[in-house]
Amino acid sequence: MDKNKRKQLEITACKIRMSIIDEIYYAKSGHPGGSLSMTDILTYLYFEEMKTDPKDPSWADRDRFVLSKGHCAPALYAALAHKGFFPVEYLKTLRKPGSFLQGHPDKKGTPGVEVTSGSLGQGVSAATGIALAGKLDNKDYRVYAVLGDGEIEEGQVWEAAMFAAHKKLDNLCIVVDNNGLQIDGKITEVCSPCPIPEKFAAFGFYTIVINAHDFDEIEAAFKKAREVKGKPTAIIALSTKGKGVSFMEDQVSWHGAAPNDEQYAQAMEELSKHLEEISK
Amino acid sequence: MSDIVKKATRESYGEALAEIGEKYPQVVVLDADLAGATKTATFKKKYPDRFIDCGIAEANMIDVAAGLAACGKIPFASSFAMFAAGRAYEQVRNGVGYPHLNVKIGASHAGISVGEDGATHQCNEDIALMRTIPGMVVLSPSDDVETKAAVRAAAEYVGPVYIRTSRYSAPIINTDPNYKFEIGKGILIKDGKDITIVATGIMVAEAKTAAEALEKDGISARVINIHTIKPIDREMIIKAAKETGAIVTVEEHSIIGGLGEAVAAVTADECPVKVKKIGVTDSFGYSAPASVILKDFGLCAENIAAEAKKLFNNK
Repeated sequence: MDKNKRKQLEITACKIRMSIIDEIYYAKSGHPGGSLSMTDILTYLYFEEMKTDPKDPSWADRDRFVLSKGHCAPALYAALAHKGFFPVEYLKTLRKPGSFLQGHPDKKGTPGVEVTSGSLGQGVSAATGIALAGKLDNKDYRVYAVLGDGEIEEGQVWEAAMFAAHKKLDNLCIVVDNNGLQIDGKITEVCSPCPIPEKFAAFGFYTIVINAHDFDEIEAAFKKAREVKGKPTAIIALSTKGKGVSFMEDQVSWHGAAPNDEQYAQAMEELSKHLEEISK
Repeated sequence: MSDIVKKATRESYGEALAEIGEKYPQVVVLDADLAGATKTATFKKKYPDRFIDCGIAEANMIDVAAGLAACGKIPFASSFAMFAAGRAYEQVRNGVGYPHLNVKIGASHAGISVGEDGATHQCNEDIALMRTIPGMVVLSPSDDVETKAAVRAAAEYVGPVYIRTSRYSAPIINTDPNYKFEIGKGILIKDGKDITIVATGIMVAEAKTAAEALEKDGISARVINIHTIKPIDREMIIKAAKETGAIVTVEEHSIIGGLGEAVAAVTADECPVKVKKIGVTDSFGYSAPASVILKDFGLCAENIAAEAKKLFNNK
């Protein structure tokens, strides 16, 4: 990847991480761990990969993004705001009465949100329906869905996987944010969904395993997914939960907790420093 | 009685889908490996490219339908009531109801009249489940004519609709040339002043027969067909409560959360009268021919007439 392009993506990703911390701090609740682990994937999707038009969110030919792990809404909202779907300042209304930024994504009121999600396992089925509609209508848009690695313990994910492969939905690309942690602990200790790539391959997906925080690998994976014909793609993105904030990294306790004043200040300081370094 | 034409409303559902296919090119039909039973095969035969078999995976089917609706399609997702409303309840609630998507759920094999398949497949709870979902229209047509009208109305209406049909062959009763189906509007089958029988689905025919028997005993029973459980026709129910003073409700569904409680909720609000609920009591069904099990639960004209008489004498 071109150095400048990488730098820009890293800067955008860092700003999105800062917004995520902001949102959850002001909301006093939310899910920082999984929001931070998927930030680089989301940044690449919205700022490089997908055709979207923030001025016309329902443009018929747009690519569609579905956040199947809906609890990571702060990441999605931050990406949409930085892309221009609504003002960045609005992010501070997350989870507040009257705000369209609901605790989990609500398609009815939020510009850029394609699917109401949050009940795990359902978003990926809806994404499959959208991909199928694209095929029925001979449209060439692509559909992307991000799932949690804990989420794939839901049986519905595999109903959707079977269906997507059976219907040869090569316009569908799912990403498993494989940060290894879920609410009750390590995914391998709670009720292991591993081996993940082998499972998706067995269901008929083209599978790619990447480092979720390396833009070169992210780019190569999405490029490959576009080339795959006749089957959907599953990108297993090996990530760090809480990525970018030292005390949140790889800590299950930060799955669904808001930082206090002190923690907020430290997180913002770390991220600001990082932003300064990568902006040089 | 032999000249009465009977037809299972699931058949009418399949035929109606095939009929509306041309007028609504956005209509697609989904099924979960039950096309032969839900009768969506009738649509599949005519429009194979617009028929989507999702396999035995109802949860996925409902959300795939949601995705299709988000792209402008009018999906009719079909399965047995037990699985469409029961197994996939949360998908219907969160994936369809909450975003208020234009998904139609065609649920066949509702109620105990499923018969021999037994309790696992006799869904007596679907009306209760579906009517609690905000914005969900719940239709429970009484015969062939009404089912076809309900399918047409569902396609025309923008928003989520649940359509309940049966395996049981029901007499065709809506033969009036002026018959008109309107979502949310009850149908006055027979006028009367002494008592009202409010029925839904395949029980409307039984209620009508019961009213005819009551007439012979000198009791003038009004019969109302509530084909739309939600939004319910409050006006017609209140008027009946005021004018006849007592109501018997009849449904092939649990008396918990179904038509009876929906009617009682209306009367309790505005005109409290006695409401006797005939339906499946707090119990599961069992394997038996439909006619046997319906009779056992009192879902027959004889019992409706007896209960109406009792209530009339005690109102």
